[in-house]
Amino acid sequence: MTLGNWLALFVALVTAAEVVRALRHRALRRDQWGRRFFRLRTTSWGLGILMFLVIVALVAPLIAPFDPNRQLDIVHLTNQPPSWTFLLGTDPLSRDVWSRVVYGARVSLGIGALGALVAVALGTLVGAIAGYYRRWIDAALMRGVDVGLALPRIFILLMAVALWDGLPFAALVIAIGLTSWFGTSRLVRAEVLSLRQRDFVVAARALGAGSSRVILRHVLPNAAAPIIVAAALGVGNVLLLEAALSFLGIGVPPPDASWGNMIADGAPGLYTAPWSTFFPGLAISLVVMSLNAVADGVRDAMNPREDTT
Amino acid sequence: MTGSAWLLRRLAASLAIIFAVVTFIFILIHLAPGKPCSENLEPRICDLLTHQFGLDQPLAVQYGRYLVELAHGNLGMSFSLRRPVLDALVETVPFTLQLAGAALALDFLLGLGLGIYQAVRVNRLPDVALGNATLFVYSLPTFWLAPILLLIFGEKLRWFPVGGASDPIFCPAVTSLFCVADRLWHLVLPATTLGVVGAAGTARFQRAAMLEVANQDYVRTARAKGVPERQIVLRHQLRNALLSFITRFGLAFPFLLTGAVLVETVFAWPGMGRLAFNAILTRDYPLVTASALIASTVVVAGNLLADILLGVADPRLRVQAAAEADIATA
Repeated sequence: MTLGNWLALFVALVTAAEVVRALRHRALRRDQWGRRFFRLRTTSWGLGILMFLVIVALVAPLIAPFDPNRQLDIVHLTNQPPSWTFLLGTDPLSRDVWSRVVYGARVSLGIGALGALVAVALGTLVGAIAGYYRRWIDAALMRGVDVGLALPRIFILLMAVALWDGLPFAALVIAIGLTSWFGTSRLVRAEVLSLRQRDFVVAARALGAGSSRVILRHVLPNAAAPIIVAAALGVGNVLLLEAALSFLGIGVPPPDASWGNMIADGAPGLYTAPWSTFFPGLAISLVVMSLNAVADGVRDAMNPREDTT
Repeated sequence: MTGSAWLLRRLAASLAIIFAVVTFIFILIHLAPGKPCSENLEPRICDLLTHQFGLDQPLAVQYGRYLVELAHGNLGMSFSLRRPVLDALVETVPFTLQLAGAALALDFLLGLGLGIYQAVRVNRLPDVALGNATLFVYSLPTFWLAPILLLIFGEKLRWFPVGGASDPIFCPAVTSLFCVADRLWHLVLPATTLGVVGAAGTARFQRAAMLEVANQDYVRTARAKGVPERQIVLRHQLRNALLSFITRFGLAFPFLLTGAVLVETVFAWPGMGRLAFNAILTRDYPLVTASALIASTVVVAGNLLADILLGVADPRLRVQAAAEADIATA
């Protein structure tokens, strides 16, 4: 770690903390929604950790002291314990674990965000169509969702990745997204079903607004909260799924670092160099935990309960 | 609509879902490029084997044949194990059931207990501390927690074995009471890995469900008329909060299945998850399809069971379902 790396890390930490503090400050003064969102301290922490990791992913070259894929010295520098030079130690191939965790944030967070985007977009689309048009469209789509929920998702993904050799990176993300939207669509459908009866929707239709306009302008914005929750939890799920696939050896291909394949790379040397397994897993846990905490905040904000205030 | 008619319809729908899943998996695996031969096998022999297993037939023919065999209860021959798929499954499924059963028990007992305790102490120190702890544990990836537990309790402290389901020298089969204990001893770490993560989720869920109920009028009434606090929690809150818990029970199975694949890999547990994973890697078509069949059956059965239990536990649902059916038929 050079002085520059430390400085960049420090700036990233302070920026994340300050942004969250400013957001919280504004939200607390603005309205009930903001106050309820930030009611739990864990929500602020989660938001801060996420912000920090996103900044780290963006400015990875500034924070990582080594090339994440370079084997520094396969003879002398394998399985080095954490030190000031190698902040989190080195892995069995003498790569710097800290640099790999930092660059792995790009891969893991990127896959999580993209996969969740695909899943939530698809889930919202299907749920909105099914809930709004009802009748046979609804019946057909929901039977499909029933099947989708019964699919052993990890099997499908394992098959897709293992059987189609050299599947490009983007295809993996899309495959994960395509198998993760079923729950969201049920959620959105339920929400749309209740919203479509409401006066403002009926009024919009009476005024002659088209179906797509009613759905996009009047129904979906009012179903935003559960969709946001689904998105936050979705990012965590996709990230875990990618990590699981990479852990089983068929996710993100080597030598690129994702937190999942780092755990897999470190596993054989678990007893001699536990740090190369421990830290990437900790990173995954932190992200998933933060997302859960933020989702808790959104849930609190949209669904107030008197006794817990 | 009577209860049995409802059950019959749900059963038919469940069967249809399982059938659709199997069809989907069958098509997907046969669409994949490449042949199920290992790379260093002579092409001539590969062709021979492909012909022998009927893999050179059109997909529709293969599918039809598979369905006919399936209807006779025949799951086919495994390519990689060179033995009937059914035998391989009969050997491995009990191990996965042990693992999942133990994990589920830990999940529900610990999770329910913590959730109820937190709800009783809401917003006080134990609740806040436990809330943070469960939030963290709930977010741990099982395939990471497993090696960590293995490192601490298997390698460093040597309290538990580092892998396998039984001691291969003393207890290859369950022959004595000692061997039963040996099995349980091997079960501790894998089951804890799955169970603790699940329990944290259950605790969070149960706490919320209890607090949801705490606001209801009948709880306030009970308190106002002087019912002891203990009875309010157990009789009024818990009994009603258990309704949403039943739903969660139905949703626990997919988590356990995915977890089983990963945890079985880490602990070298001879269960179905590892079998299916290896089957996919070796392109063992019949074994993959059969595993998917079992996995989807478990998920669908879990949902069905939860719905039935809900119907038993909550009479309002039965009335509602009957009303909906009347509207549908009218």
